[in-house]
Amino acid sequence: MNRILEVRGLSRIYGPGCPHCVDATGPEADTNRCPHCGSIVAIHDVSFDLFEGEILGVMGESGSGKSTVVKTLYFDQAPTGGEAVFFDGDTQHELFALNAARQRWLRNHRFGMVYQNPNLGLNFNISAGGNIAERLLMSDLMDYGAIRERAKTLLARTEVLLSRVDDLPKHFSGGMQQRVQIAKALATQPPLLFLDEVTTGLDLSVQARILDLILEIQQELKTAMVVVTHDLGVIRLLTGRAIVMKYGRVIETGLTDQILEDPRHAYTQRLVASAL
Amino acid sequence: MNAMPHTTRGSAYNFGFLDEYAKKEIRRAVLKAIAIPGYQVPYASREMPMGRGFGTGGLQLTLALIGPGEVVKVIDQGADDSVNAVNLRQFIEMTCPGIATTTKTAESTLIQSRHRIPEQPLTATQILVLQVPYPDPLVVVEPSEDKRKVMHGEADYSRLLVKLYEDIVQFDEITISHRYPTRINGHYVIDPSPIPRWDVPRLNDAAALTLFGAGREKKIYAVPPHTRAEPLAFSDVPFRVEDFRDAAGRRRACARCGCTDSFLDEFVGDAGSKTYQCSDSDWCDEQLLQAEHAQGEPA
Repeated sequence: MNRILEVRGLSRIYGPGCPHCVDATGPEADTNRCPHCGSIVAIHDVSFDLFEGEILGVMGESGSGKSTVVKTLYFDQAPTGGEAVFFDGDTQHELFALNAARQRWLRNHRFGMVYQNPNLGLNFNISAGGNIAERLLMSDLMDYGAIRERAKTLLARTEVLLSRVDDLPKHFSGGMQQRVQIAKALATQPPLLFLDEVTTGLDLSVQARILDLILEIQQELKTAMVVVTHDLGVIRLLTGRAIVMKYGRVIETGLTDQILEDPRHAYTQRLVASAL
Repeated sequence: MNAMPHTTRGSAYNFGFLDEYAKKEIRRAVLKAIAIPGYQVPYASREMPMGRGFGTGGLQLTLALIGPGEVVKVIDQGADDSVNAVNLRQFIEMTCPGIATTTKTAESTLIQSRHRIPEQPLTATQILVLQVPYPDPLVVVEPSEDKRKVMHGEADYSRLLVKLYEDIVQFDEITISHRYPTRINGHYVIDPSPIPRWDVPRLNDAAALTLFGAGREKKIYAVPPHTRAEPLAFSDVPFRVEDFRDAAGRRRACARCGCTDSFLDEFVGDAGSKTYQCSDSDWCDEQLLQAEHAQGEPA
């Protein structure tokens, strides 16, 4: 299998930082706030690989740094340390060594992101079709007819009623907003998709249909995905491999079945026991 | 350099009102603007003895560029005789002794204008100065100037194009009537000041230098001579200018001079009747003069 993403030693510290930050935080210290300088170690030394067409789960409680991982990889935030390599066909991109324009190019052309809050991923003041058009225009498609056609196809694929293509997403239900977000993320057929708590806050039947949609897309397009969630059900349904995070550190990694059936780390054991 | 070398005896102000340091700074900004077509060069817009928003940006450019022997024309929405144009012209006459003013486009060397580019094509020896209220076309999609600067730097104008997309979805055409976003030399997109769409194609490959001055927003930018200026559009929905056809599909003519290829202003009479007249008053006069000339000649 071809590797698509290689992340090594990814770190993100909020605050001034001091030499004790790393030693004084983490699961053993039971905090992510450095007692010496007050900095928050959001993530430290996170490493993983992602292969073509694979879905990797990132789980952990809130504040464990799981969202920060995808936000740094999607260039929403700059990391304070570590590196990531994106393998795109024959070319390799050293993600954090690229200049801003190249990062933006990758973000627009080769990555997709679906946020928990549709507010972040969608512009609520332009129509659903316009939101998808924005992403297509970012990737230099300049033909109105083609953009319109593609937007409709995508919305149909994500089961948004075509009669609502020109409505504002703020008038949509939460589930529909999430579908528009997924359609937007898929607009450029990216080989890599980040999903940040996509089903959180939706009711169960809607959750199930969104998850079905994600699985279908993954099987159709062979898109590699990083799925961030605190919901073990989502992890079990979607992902083949998973990493478990606590206080910014990876405490366990392995096959999803293995982690859920036979958790090694005490925290994972508690997590699994409490959920199932 | 002396800050006030041009002060003539009896006059309290320097030639051109601005002190020489201010002129030098503006000229530097102008040079940079010409060197980077379409880039908004920040400058220290000086206080002028009129409210910001009354053309202080354009006026500062005019006063920094003006020299003895200059022939200046000031237009406001095509007309030389509207209050704004008259006041600015009088101010320039008062503060720049020795220069000449005119209403004739052909005779002028420096034209300060608001909302119009003269109908008569300008030549390489002329400079057009446009007054700009809002220099940044991205302000409608991004409130943060920091982010706008990055977007300009990376030529990231997709969100402006989304605006056009939404227009076509809603109204089947692009509804921007003036301040049409225009890409200069293949990179920066400018707000070409509130000129009508009619005037935008005339920025493209123009013989004359066009300078834009925003006094309140403290920005100067330029479209140098013979530079590409392309209005943003989709490949299958091209940019088009105002068409002045009536219900029968005929091109409306100016009620005064009969011209059928100029930008027309619409006047609504008391009874609700509409008449159309050239917006460029000098152009209209020229057309009338030529018509009279032709009539006066023996057949």
